[in-house]
Amino acid sequence: MAFESLTEKLQNVFKNLRSKGKLTEADVKTALKEVKMALLEADVSFKVVKQFIKSVQDQAIGQDVMNGLNPGQMVIKIVNDELVRLMGSETTEIALRPGNEVTILMMAGLQGAGKTTTTAKIAGKLKAKGRKPLLAACDVYRPAAIKQLQMNGEKQGVDVFTMGDKNRPVDIAKAALVHAKSNGYNVLILDTAGRLHIDEEMMQELQDIKAAVPVDQTLLVVDAMTGQDAVNVSEMFNEKVGIDGVILTKLDGDTRGGAALSIRAVSGKPILYVGMGEKLSDLEQFYPDRMASRILGMGDVMSLIEKAQANIDEEKAKAMEQKMKKAQFDFNDYLDSMEQMRNMGGFSSVLNMLPGVGSKMKDIESMVDEKDIARKEAIVLSMTPKERSNPDLLNPSRKQRIAKGAGVDIAEVNRFIKQFEQSRKMMKQVAGMAGKGRGGKRGGFKLPF
Amino acid sequence: MAEEKVGFFKRLVSGLSKTRDSIVAGIDSIFSGYSSIDDDFYDEIEEILVMGDIGISTTTKIIEDLKERVAREKIKDPAECKQLLIDSIKEQMDVGDTAYEFEHRKSVVLVIGVNGVGKTTSVGKLAGLLKDQGKKVVLAAADTFRAAAGEQLTEWAHRAGVDIIGGQNGADPASVVYDAVAAAKARNADVLICDTAGRLHNKKNLMEELHKIYRILSKEYPEAHLETLVVLDGTTGQNALVQARQFAEVADVTGIILTKLDGTAKGGIAVAIQSELDIPVKYIGIGEKIDDLQKFNSEQFVNALFDVKTSREEEE
Repeated sequence: MAFESLTEKLQNVFKNLRSKGKLTEADVKTALKEVKMALLEADVSFKVVKQFIKSVQDQAIGQDVMNGLNPGQMVIKIVNDELVRLMGSETTEIALRPGNEVTILMMAGLQGAGKTTTTAKIAGKLKAKGRKPLLAACDVYRPAAIKQLQMNGEKQGVDVFTMGDKNRPVDIAKAALVHAKSNGYNVLILDTAGRLHIDEEMMQELQDIKAAVPVDQTLLVVDAMTGQDAVNVSEMFNEKVGIDGVILTKLDGDTRGGAALSIRAVSGKPILYVGMGEKLSDLEQFYPDRMASRILGMGDVMSLIEKAQANIDEEKAKAMEQKMKKAQFDFNDYLDSMEQMRNMGGFSSVLNMLPGVGSKMKDIESMVDEKDIARKEAIVLSMTPKERSNPDLLNPSRKQRIAKGAGVDIAEVNRFIKQFEQSRKMMKQVAGMAGKGRGGKRGGFKLPF
Repeated sequence: MAEEKVGFFKRLVSGLSKTRDSIVAGIDSIFSGYSSIDDDFYDEIEEILVMGDIGISTTTKIIEDLKERVAREKIKDPAECKQLLIDSIKEQMDVGDTAYEFEHRKSVVLVIGVNGVGKTTSVGKLAGLLKDQGKKVVLAAADTFRAAAGEQLTEWAHRAGVDIIGGQNGADPASVVYDAVAAAKARNADVLICDTAGRLHNKKNLMEELHKIYRILSKEYPEAHLETLVVLDGTTGQNALVQARQFAEVADVTGIILTKLDGTAKGGIAVAIQSELDIPVKYIGIGEKIDDLQKFNSEQFVNALFDVKTSREEEE
């Protein structure tokens, strides 16, 4: 979206203000006006925004401005802290019954929120933790919903209990529980049909299921892109059926996800997981602090840092840094670093998580040509192991062979090798500087931007 | 036709009245509660528009326009101001006469959108609608990615009584579309409707795949009018604008199907999309049954947005 990030906006508003001491009412009001706009743009419910702004305003006026911050940043800090607090200060897990007792989870939500996909994702997660889940196909309305669950279950290696679409969901749930108990399953996940929160009959169906089998947790699945209606949906589901936790889906899009705050505010229930993609492994923990900065439009810096840490092998990174310093970086290392980048979801996905990049994504994306990267990789892969570890070996006849192997022009091979030599030199300088600058703080591999 | 409209309107209104406490108190009460046009009055309008998902920036624009006109035309009466506001949004959202031309000529309809907005369901309903008009309809099941999407569309084809060209799960969607064009030509179909896999608009490779499908349709079937409809979930907030913008970059988007308006969401983001991208809403989805797809009517849409009581309802 063509909006400046909130941080940029506030920087502009407070450009000339370097006031020390306490936050004045004027400071707070000016800053909160921008915060209000940011929250509304992020789809936080109008009423929730109003309450939120009021409570922050009362808190903020008269507070000391911390050293090194300007009033705008100070207000942002207070806003951010309050958002994090509201969204639950820590991550929560689905509570499971001990041992072989069957834990029953019931999925609920509007049409198209992603219940069936999420059901399979949760099952996969629990299976990986050593549980034995069973999925029950209780959506007897949507065409091919059962088939979809079966196919997803198969992919996850999780069994699916079905009775076709001619039975009542309540009866399917009951039979599924019997089946689970007698066959040694210890988690039963009920996939239910999508329904409108104002559809009395369909809401009654969920109540009936709850009355028929001892559901431990009812999980509301909500599309992260939901607008103002998120309040109505979560309020009604909570009131009519009772929910224990929320799963926010499609967060791999570029929505700011203000629905998360609205839902928390009206239901008081924790957000357990977020859906981050179409692959069945793409279900992640919910982190309130990251969600707060995403809603405020401050980029998902924390996520980026963590992703980088999880995917980059510390040992390798240290070795690479050494190599960079000594300009020993060779083509094997090049392949490694490309691989690590891919593990983080590719260049565009990494860029996407950086603050302020969101709107400029288009320009940057055109600069990062993934095809070009693939071609370069083909060149490296066409080298012999010896050539890769010793780039100096590359004479014209070897280059000719490599060009043929990679299916590119020899000029391209020459260009790439030249580029590589240059960046090797540059890395030496950069690595040297970085080494001096940072006082020995975890010798991590620096990303190339 | 008139009866059908009442039926639809009733459903929208009954949907709204079912809510425990209507989100929007109703602009009538707001307007009547004011004896003059002041800041509080405008704040209330802002609240209604934002809560209808129109978005704060479009809302601000609308209110600025309104203020200007109120000053220029020296309007003093809140009720008159209300009518001005309603009329201007209605006018803006008006679809125009040529919007449904494709229904009456040889055409191909490409249906696109993000995951879970109701593409397959809308394709099924549209097939039913056109079949009822006596058209020969062929469906292309080009969602070869999502588990059981093909089966879902097959069921809709069966309900609508139309032909379907399918692809194996995991097949190249472009090749499915290619085959479907050949089939549509061979069978002399009036309308070919292509269902596609849901894709988030920020996934570059998936958008490129869509662009390829679009290119195939325009190249291989030039004699057919190409209608590209983006399906937007009516409950979606500001992101729908981004979606529409991104999809319009890979295909020449000619209209919107706004779904799930049978809930409590108002789909106000369509106003922002219309004003910023000039893409009209052509159909709305209001349920799960095959006849729950209606042509867009700006008057009904705006009335629902403001929850305005009309004489039609008062008659009941």
